[in-house]
Amino acid sequence: MKKFSALMLTLALTAGLLAGCGGSGEEAAPESGESGAKVVKIGVYEPQTGDNGPGGKQEILGMQYANSVQPTVEIAGETYEVQLEIVDNRTTPENGPSAAAELVNRGVSVVLGSYGSGVSVAGGQVFEEAGVPAIGVTCTNPQVTSDYDCYFRICFTDPFQGPALASYAYDGLGVTTAYTLAMLGSDYDQGLVHYFTEAFEALGGTVISEDFPEGSANFVSYINNAKSAGAGVIFAPVSTNYAQLIIEAASAQGFEGSLLGSDTWDNNKVAESAVGKDVSVEVTTFYQEGGDPEFDAGIKEWINANPDAKTNNGGNDMVAAVTVMGYDAYFTALEALKAAGSTDPQAVMEALPSVTYEGVSGHIEFDDIGDAKRDQAYIKTANTETGAWDFVKVQGVE
Amino acid sequence: MQEILPYLINGVSVGGQYALIAIGYTLVYGILRLINFAHGDVFMVAGLVMVYTTTALPMYAALPLVLIATVALGFVIERVAYKPLRTAPRMSLMISAIGVSYLIQNLAFYITGGVPQPVTVPIPWISENVLLFGQSTKRVTLVTPVLTLLLVVGLVYLINHTRMGMAMRAAAKDFETAQLMGVKINAVISVTFVIGSFLAAVGALLYFTNYPSVGITSGAMPGLKAFVAAVFGGIGSIPGAVVGAFIIGLCEELIKGLGYTTFSDAFTFALLIVVLCVRPTGLFGEKVTDKV
Amino acid sequence: MTKRNKTLFTAVVLAAALAASLLVDCFLPSYHIAVQVIQKATVYALVAVSMNLLNGFTGLFSLGQAGFMLLGAYAYGVLTIPVDKRASVYQYFDGGAIHFSVPEIFSGVLGETVGTTVGMLAALLVGGLLAALMAYLIGLPVLRLKSDYLAIATLGFAEILRAFFQWNALGPITNGSNLLKSYPAFSHVTPYVVLAGVMIAFIVLLINSTYGRAFKAIRDDEVAAEAMGINLARHKRMAFVISSFFAGIGGGMMAMYMGTIAAAPFKSSLTYEILLIVVIGGIGSITGSVLASFLYIFSSEWLLRGLDAGTFLGINAPGIFKNGFRMAVFSVIIMVIVLFFRRGLMGDKELPDLPDMLRNGIRKLRAPGRGKEAGK
Repeated sequence: MKKFSALMLTLALTAGLLAGCGGSGEEAAPESGESGAKVVKIGVYEPQTGDNGPGGKQEILGMQYANSVQPTVEIAGETYEVQLEIVDNRTTPENGPSAAAELVNRGVSVVLGSYGSGVSVAGGQVFEEAGVPAIGVTCTNPQVTSDYDCYFRICFTDPFQGPALASYAYDGLGVTTAYTLAMLGSDYDQGLVHYFTEAFEALGGTVISEDFPEGSANFVSYINNAKSAGAGVIFAPVSTNYAQLIIEAASAQGFEGSLLGSDTWDNNKVAESAVGKDVSVEVTTFYQEGGDPEFDAGIKEWINANPDAKTNNGGNDMVAAVTVMGYDAYFTALEALKAAGSTDPQAVMEALPSVTYEGVSGHIEFDDIGDAKRDQAYIKTANTETGAWDFVKVQGVE
Repeated sequence: MQEILPYLINGVSVGGQYALIAIGYTLVYGILRLINFAHGDVFMVAGLVMVYTTTALPMYAALPLVLIATVALGFVIERVAYKPLRTAPRMSLMISAIGVSYLIQNLAFYITGGVPQPVTVPIPWISENVLLFGQSTKRVTLVTPVLTLLLVVGLVYLINHTRMGMAMRAAAKDFETAQLMGVKINAVISVTFVIGSFLAAVGALLYFTNYPSVGITSGAMPGLKAFVAAVFGGIGSIPGAVVGAFIIGLCEELIKGLGYTTFSDAFTFALLIVVLCVRPTGLFGEKVTDKV
Repeated sequence: MTKRNKTLFTAVVLAAALAASLLVDCFLPSYHIAVQVIQKATVYALVAVSMNLLNGFTGLFSLGQAGFMLLGAYAYGVLTIPVDKRASVYQYFDGGAIHFSVPEIFSGVLGETVGTTVGMLAALLVGGLLAALMAYLIGLPVLRLKSDYLAIATLGFAEILRAFFQWNALGPITNGSNLLKSYPAFSHVTPYVVLAGVMIAFIVLLINSTYGRAFKAIRDDEVAAEAMGINLARHKRMAFVISSFFAGIGGGMMAMYMGTIAAAPFKSSLTYEILLIVVIGGIGSITGSVLASFLYIFSSEWLLRGLDAGTFLGINAPGIFKNGFRMAVFSVIIMVIVLFFRRGLMGDKELPDLPDMLRNGIRKLRAPGRGKEAGK
C-alpha cells in the first residue's frame, strides 16, 4: 500500500513537471491578438520597485507612449500587433535572473531595459542562454554589452560620460579639486566615479573619493568633508533618492560649489528638491526637453490624459530623458523586427547590429560590441526657482 | 575646534534621533526581555503616516494623527503578536518580532508600491537654515536634542514618581513576582509599548523632516543602531539608552569626518560586539539583573 | 508503519526527486523558470537546513547566516573566474590580485569536463571552510552570549562583513562594489539537487550521531546537559562551525544560481527570510525546512506572481493584485503560522514519518480539529 502511494506521488510529480514543460512549449507559439492580428511580444525588463523604481517607471512610460503611437509593426509583409510584456526586476541583481526567465517564458522576441546596469548584467546571462536579444536603454556601465553578444545599447556609456563630466568640471567650471561620493555596493556609482577620477586627474585635477553605506540618510558629514577638502565640485552619480538627500544636506551646510550628477539625476524630483535652495546642480543626460517640440507636445498630452502615467512620472508632465530613451528603444526594436523579417529572437539578434534609427534623442547606430555610437551629452542645470531643468550646453570629451 | 564642530553638531542631532527610538527598545527589553525587531518599522510607519496625513490635512490635524496612529500600531502589535506568546520560549517571541517586522515592511511596500514617498515638511520653520557658532545648519538639528532631553526627563519622572511607573519598575525587576503582587501585567506591557511607540513617532517626525522621502526600509538602519545604543548604554536603563545613543551618533559622524566613511555603519556593529563581550551589562547596566 | 517500510518510503521519495530533476533537465531549457526556481529552492533548502541545525537542534539563536553565505559566495567567485576573463571583471583593479582559476588548474590535470567540475566543487569546499574558519573565530567571543544577545551580535557581524567586502582597498580580491561574474556554473537542476542532497544527508547523519544527541540535550536544557558531562562550549562551537560551513557552501551555490556576485543581496533580510522558512517548515525538522524552501520559493518566484501582476486564478483585479500584494499575503500567512501553528508544517517530524502524518491528517480532517496546516 505504501509502495503504491509512493509510486503515485512520483507519478504525480513527474506528470506535473511534464505538464509544465508542455505548457511552456505552447506559449512560444505565435498568438492571435483581440483584433485577430498576429502578436509580437516585446519584453520590458525594468525596475518598478526599489531604489531605481521611479526611474524605471519613467523609462517604461516612454515605451508605453511609443506603443500607443505605433501599436503595430509590419514583419515580412504581415501586420503584427505589438504587446509589451512588463516584468519588475526590483532594482537588485539577485532578482534579475528570475525576472529575465519570466520574460523568456512569456515568449518575447526582444527585450528592452534595464534602467540600472547591475541588474542588466545579472539578467544578461539568462537572455544569452535563451538567445533573446536585449536592448539596454539607459544602463551605462560598459560591462553590460562587453560580456554578452545578446546585449545592445542605445545610450552613451560611462567611459564617455565620466570624462565628459570631468572635462565639464575642469574646463567648464574651472574647478581643480573634486569630491566624489558613491554608494557602497553599487557598481554603477563606483564605475562612473572611476572613469571620472581617471579623466579628472589626467586633466591635472585632484580627486577625493568617499563611499556611503546603503540606506544612509544623513549626508551632512560628507558635505563637510568636501568643504574641508576645498572641493569646488561634488560629483555623486547616485540614485535619485540619495541625490535629493545630498542636495538637501549641501544646502543646509552652505556648500558653495557645484553638485554634479549623472544621468540618474535627470529626474523631476531631483530638480524640484533644489527649489528655493542656494545650490547649483548640474547633470549630464541623453535629451533636453525642447529638443523635439512635436514629440514633447505629444507625450505631454498623453501623460496628462493618463492619470497612472502622470503618477509614474512623479505627478507632472516634465519629459525625463529616460522616457525619451525608452521611446527610442521601442522604435529601435521595431526596426530590428522589420529587418529580421521574423519574430524569432535569433533572427532579431542577427538583424540588430545593422539597425539604424533616427531617434528623438539623436542618431542610433551600433558599434562592434553593440554600443550606440554617441559622442555628446547634454548638460542641464536645475532651476532653483521653477524646479525645471535648464539647458546649459552640449558636452563632448576633449 | 572649528574643524570638528560641524561633525559634533551633526552627531548630537543624529544621537537625539537614535535616543528617541532607543528608549522604545530599552523599555520593552526591560520588561519582556524581547528585542522588538519591529520597532524600527513602527518608526518607519510613523514617517509614512506623516507623509500621507500632511498631504491631506492641515498641520494641526496631521501631527496628532501621526502620534495616535503610531501609538495604536504599537499597542496592536503587542496585543496580537506578543501577548499570545507570553508563556512560549523566548525564541518564539523573537521570531514573532521578526515576522511582524517582515509583515509591516511588506504591507508598506504594497501600499507605497515600493517607491520612496516624498515628504512635505509639516513645519517649515523647523527645517530653515540657522547659523550656529558660525556653522550653517538646519534648525531641526538644534531642536532634536533639546526635545529629546525634555521627553526623557518627563519619562524618568513618570517612571519614578507614578503608580504606573512603579508597576513598570516592578515588572522589569521580576515579572512573575510583580504579577503575584497584583500588578496588572498586561496593562503595564501595553503602556510600555504605547510610550515606546509615542517616542518613536516623535523621533520620526523630527527625523523625516530632515530627509526628502520615506522608504520601506527607512526604519531598519536607525532601528538597529538605536538598539545598539540601548545595549551600549545598558539595556533596560533609560539614561543609559540616551547616553549610548548620543555617543553612537557622535562616533559615527566623527568616523565619517576622519575619512573612514566605508565603515561608518560597520563601526556601530563592531562597537556592539565589543561591548557585549567585554561588558554585557553596558555602561549603566549594573542595576538590572539578567534573568535566566 | 514499520521501520522497514519507512526506509523504503524515504528511498522512494528521494529516488523520485532525483528522477524528477533528471526529467526537468531532459525536457526544459536551462533558462526555463522552473529550472531557475528549483535551483534557487535547493540553495535555500541547504541554507535553511544549516540554520535549523543551529537554531532548531542546538537552540542557538544565530542570525549570521547571510554573512557566512557571503563568504562562501565570494570564495567561489574569486577562485573560479577564468584567468582570461579577470581583466574584464576586475576592470577597475587592473585585473585583480589573483591570477589563477581553480577549475582551470584541475582541467589541466583531469581534462576539460571533469576538471572544471572538480575545480568548481573544490571552490565550493574552500568557501565552506572559509566560512567555518570565520565562524570559529567569531564563536570564541560571541558564543558565550545568551540567546538574544547572540542573535544581535551575529547579525552585527554579518553587517560588518558586508562592509569589508565592499571596501575598495580589498578591491583586487573582492572587486569592491563591482560585480564578480563570468565564473562557471552548473546550468542544470540535477547538480544542485545532488549537491544539496548530499550536504543535507551529512547534516542528517550528524544529527543522528552522538553529537546530534548532545546538541539536542543542550537545546532542551543547558544545565542538565552540562551535568551529564557534555562540554557546552565545545559542542556549541562545533554546531556553529558546522552550520556555517554548510551556509558557506550554500552561499557558493547561491553565487552559481545568481550568475553574478555582489555583497548587497547578503543583507540581514536574507537571514530573516531563511529563518522564516525554517519556522514555516518546523523548527527541528530537516524535512520541514526542505519542503518549506520549495514551497516558499515556488510560490514567491513563480506560482503566485499573478498576485502582483493584476490577474490571479482568473480573477482580474489590478487594483488589489498590484505590486507587493504577493509578499503581503505571504507575510500574513507567516504570522499566522508563527502565532497559531507554531510547530510549522512538520513540527519535529521527518520524511519517514510523513505517511503516518498524512494518514492522521486525513483522519483529523474528517473529525474537525488540528491538522489544518497539512492542507495548506
